[in-house]
Amino acid sequence: MRKRRLRAKHAFTAWAVVVYGFLFLPILVMAVFAFNKPSPAALAGFHGSSVCAIPPAQIGNITVWNGFTSCWFSAGLHDPTYIPAIVTSLQIAAVAAVISTVLGLCAALALARMKPRLRAPFDALVYLTLVVPEIVIAVASLIFFVQARNYIHGFPGLGKVTILIGQVVFNASVSMLIIRARFVGMGDVLEEASFDLGSGPVGTFRQVTLPRLMPAIVSAALLSFTFSFDDYVLPAFTNGTTNTWPIVLYSAVRFGLTPAVNALATIMLAVTLTAVIVTAVMLRRSRTRTGSGDAALAVQVLP
Amino acid sequence: MAVAEKTPEVAAAPAAARRRRSFKPRYPGWLTAPSLLYYAVFFLGPMAILVAFSLAVQQGFGSLKYGFDTSQYSQVTTSLYLHIFERTLVMAGFGTVLAVAVGYPVAYWMARYLSTYKMLALLLVVVPFWTSFLIRTYALKIILDPHGYLARDLGINILYTKYAVAVGLVYNYLPLFILPVFASLERMDWTLIEAATDLGARPFTAFREITLRLTLPGVVTGALLVFIPMTGEYIIPNILGGGNYEFVGNVIGDQFNQAQNQPFGSALSIGLMAALSVFVIAYILVATKEEQFGA
Repeated sequence: MRKRRLRAKHAFTAWAVVVYGFLFLPILVMAVFAFNKPSPAALAGFHGSSVCAIPPAQIGNITVWNGFTSCWFSAGLHDPTYIPAIVTSLQIAAVAAVISTVLGLCAALALARMKPRLRAPFDALVYLTLVVPEIVIAVASLIFFVQARNYIHGFPGLGKVTILIGQVVFNASVSMLIIRARFVGMGDVLEEASFDLGSGPVGTFRQVTLPRLMPAIVSAALLSFTFSFDDYVLPAFTNGTTNTWPIVLYSAVRFGLTPAVNALATIMLAVTLTAVIVTAVMLRRSRTRTGSGDAALAVQVLP
Repeated sequence: MAVAEKTPEVAAAPAAARRRRSFKPRYPGWLTAPSLLYYAVFFLGPMAILVAFSLAVQQGFGSLKYGFDTSQYSQVTTSLYLHIFERTLVMAGFGTVLAVAVGYPVAYWMARYLSTYKMLALLLVVVPFWTSFLIRTYALKIILDPHGYLARDLGINILYTKYAVAVGLVYNYLPLFILPVFASLERMDWTLIEAATDLGARPFTAFREITLRLTLPGVVTGALLVFIPMTGEYIIPNILGGGNYEFVGNVIGDQFNQAQNQPFGSALSIGLMAALSVFVIAYILVATKEEQFGA
């Protein structure tokens, strides 16, 4: 009996190892191939200063290992299209995160303790924004923005602003759900106490509610930032002539690229991982200080 | 919706507030106004125009005449497009089943056998999500490429086929399935299994009668959570299917990018939402039923 249970455990562990391998193999390949040389055949006909100056069309087969070079990192960081696109994406994502979090926070505060009958229509709307496929929202937003520009004086043309407007819909809903989950879970005992001790609604919000909601607010903002930064479908239709990083990436993947893309993606993954580890360590420290362990929230912080 | 909730005016009437025993601090209802307004303009607005477009008539290149013309919808229901709908739903269903088959044992393993490293294992499931969706799909493309190792040395040449699309779907959505299932397995009381086996149940029977039943709501939620975005998928069929295996989303995109037949694209979009709503409504019905019977 015991033996059989142990065998089951081993079988599950083996399966988990296989699945983790499946999850990480592509990431690993992406990082390793950031150091890959162009194919030997392509290099034979290329006479540039650096092997990484070779254009995507001539690079040959880069899905097998051709030899080590680290020059793709500098090639990627000096690329005239990639870097401005990344900067644009960062700008949009930062503003989207702020607006979505503020909208989500306001709605979450009011909704959490609202009567279910009044809350239901709002909830339905929120879930609708999450369930409607992104491609549908993208094309609908496209025709909406074009019409709005035709009929409303001063409505922004397709570009950064329209990308932002479209993304905030989804992100505000996600932020609202995250913040509300925390708010409901928090209970209202401390707020009651604050009121009893004579603090007004604004003071209570500032001194009691907001600090306790902070982890949820931060994770909502981070998640909005990530979604916005990573978003391809909506910007692809509402961008006009603006290039975001996913848009540049998509056309590169479809029409030819160099390992410079791998290099940039590897740098970003490294930055993200570092940020997450630093945050996790800091959270753990502040948690041991305040003594409010919250494993569920740790899961929420993860995209 | 602009409900004037009672703002707790403690300063104005301290005595009254103190006397009320079940005092609940509430935030005013008007705080919902900004997001409500935002949704009304930038979500319901586009949706309304989408419906109007789907009923409009295309006149020449890019100009429209609004009306109530259902010919776009009859075109959606021709066998060519119904076939694409069918393919999309079948592929999303297949991808979901694969995600369940691959992900459930992993979630089970984490919840049942891990203790110290449980959170780390969960974290590792999400790490691939920190790279861009496009990068992940591109990385799969490197692996599946006909000139790559998999095709050259192992003879598995599946890029630009439905198999590559299926791999892409499972790869990109697996973590989204594992998380809710893990949460429901985590809530489970494992002593029930011990009781069942002590009373003579075979391990598999115990699993089927207890674990599976108790975690079924989590499985259904997780399945829907991956099925919905898979159905609306746009990037994976384009990159890994290479245009040979288009989903409804790709056909919709083409109507706005290349064909410039926006009314038809709008009608297709509404069709896609209608198809999805069947599943969402079924889920809501099942979920409320579960709640009633206290599962």
